[in-house]
Amino acid sequence: MKYVDEYRDGDLARKLAATIAREANTGRSYHIMEFCGGHTHAIFRYGVQDLMPENVRFVHGPGCPVCVLPIGRIDNAIELAEKHGATVCTYGDMMRVPASERRSLIKAKADGADIRMVYSIRDALKIARETPGREVVFFAIGFETTTPPTAVAILEAERERLENFSVFCNHVLTPAAVAHILSSPEVQDHRTVAIDAFLGPSHVSSVIGSRPYEAAAEHFRRPVVIAGFEPLDVMQATLMVIRQLNEGRHEVENEYVRVVTREGNVKAQALVAEVLEMRETFEWRGLGEVPNSALRIRDRFAAFDAERRFAVTTRKVRDAKSCECPSILRGAKRPTDCKLFGTVCTPENPIGSCMVSSEGACAAYYSYGRFRGSDAGGAGKGVPATTQEAAE
Amino acid sequence: MCLALPAEVVSLDAEKETAVVALGPVKKEISVALVDELRIGDYVLVHVGFALHKLSPEEAARTLDLIRDAGEDPHEEFAA
Ligand code: SF4
Repeated sequence: MKYVDEYRDGDLARKLAATIAREANTGRSYHIMEFCGGHTHAIFRYGVQDLMPENVRFVHGPGCPVCVLPIGRIDNAIELAEKHGATVCTYGDMMRVPASERRSLIKAKADGADIRMVYSIRDALKIARETPGREVVFFAIGFETTTPPTAVAILEAERERLENFSVFCNHVLTPAAVAHILSSPEVQDHRTVAIDAFLGPSHVSSVIGSRPYEAAAEHFRRPVVIAGFEPLDVMQATLMVIRQLNEGRHEVENEYVRVVTREGNVKAQALVAEVLEMRETFEWRGLGEVPNSALRIRDRFAAFDAERRFAVTTRKVRDAKSCECPSILRGAKRPTDCKLFGTVCTPENPIGSCMVSSEGACAAYYSYGRFRGSDAGGAGKGVPATTQEAAE
Repeated sequence: MCLALPAEVVSLDAEKETAVVALGPVKKEISVALVDELRIGDYVLVHVGFALHKLSPEEAARTLDLIRDAGEDPHEEFAA
């Protein structure tokens, strides 16, 4: 328990750990996927896995926005700058994500393309206002927390009749990904990937509320517990998951009532619905094509849609050969299963997207996990998956 | 990019739907288009230049402690 003193309340952490150890049934295992990269980071940073009994395992999910974007879309963003001469603005984490042919946005920038790292889409609007006549494209990525800002910015551009501003929209949806992971054969037949329950994200859920997870929890008979960002939140939520599984329940519960409601931020949802609509399908790194899992810009705002403005077409690009990111994002493999981990692939020189952002599983493993002897999580190989009965 | 920080509303521009928020000595203009009924003195969670939702002062303090615990300086992060 060498990390426990760094907790806000070390005593509470010890107590929670003891309760979990007592209540976790030794006759079965508990594989809990934390969807959100923020939780992955907290689990590593605070050694939460080390406080769990052997049969309680965290499986790292795909909730890292830069990790799930397919290479073809990053190639598109580079093309917007290089071929169409646009000023491409994006969030910092995107800059180093590998694109095709060993390129990335940061390399394209070094080669002379006008690519700018911004803190907010509002900065991209400002650049557009200040450089009329120059095309400014915001490369929009992220889950439901960055989507409302994108919608607000497009409305603002419309109001101001900004003619040189557009958005390359890559926003993706958490509940769709949760449902997709649960419906995959490797999870369904319970042989290759065991996922018994989910920890739901904190900030995303504050926007969308807890309701959108209800269908998946019910349909796939897996508990979802929304957890705050503190390691104590993660532990409390884990205990709630264990209790549900022990009692054969599969409900959506909310550990993070301090912030998350069932309805979420209704105003933000309405703004998003006004500007964006569902795509029939979207490619996720690791998950492949996922139906109804991403948003595009509505016809009314076509003028602000970079995809239409520049007739963007996306190629399917294979991931780097030995990179295991796709399997890691599905919970099927661990970073240490990758031959390149920590040798060829490091945060300074990432080969795959999971090594780029601190929320990526490989980067989290590299920074915290690999220096410890114990198994720091993953698909829980070697622990028998006896969970089918309990979930039925 | 998932980092979100709590900050206190120090002034509001209802027409532009913006606010100046403060985290310690650092001040910043953000959009409050996503949050209704904000008042000066309220705490909000700030993410990519937008207030995502209101926070109680206790939750704000707790979140800041957590960031400090993680070895990061929230003021510096906020200024970035
Ligand atoms: S270590 Fe690097 S190459 Fe291996 S899976 Fe992770 S990101 Fe991909």
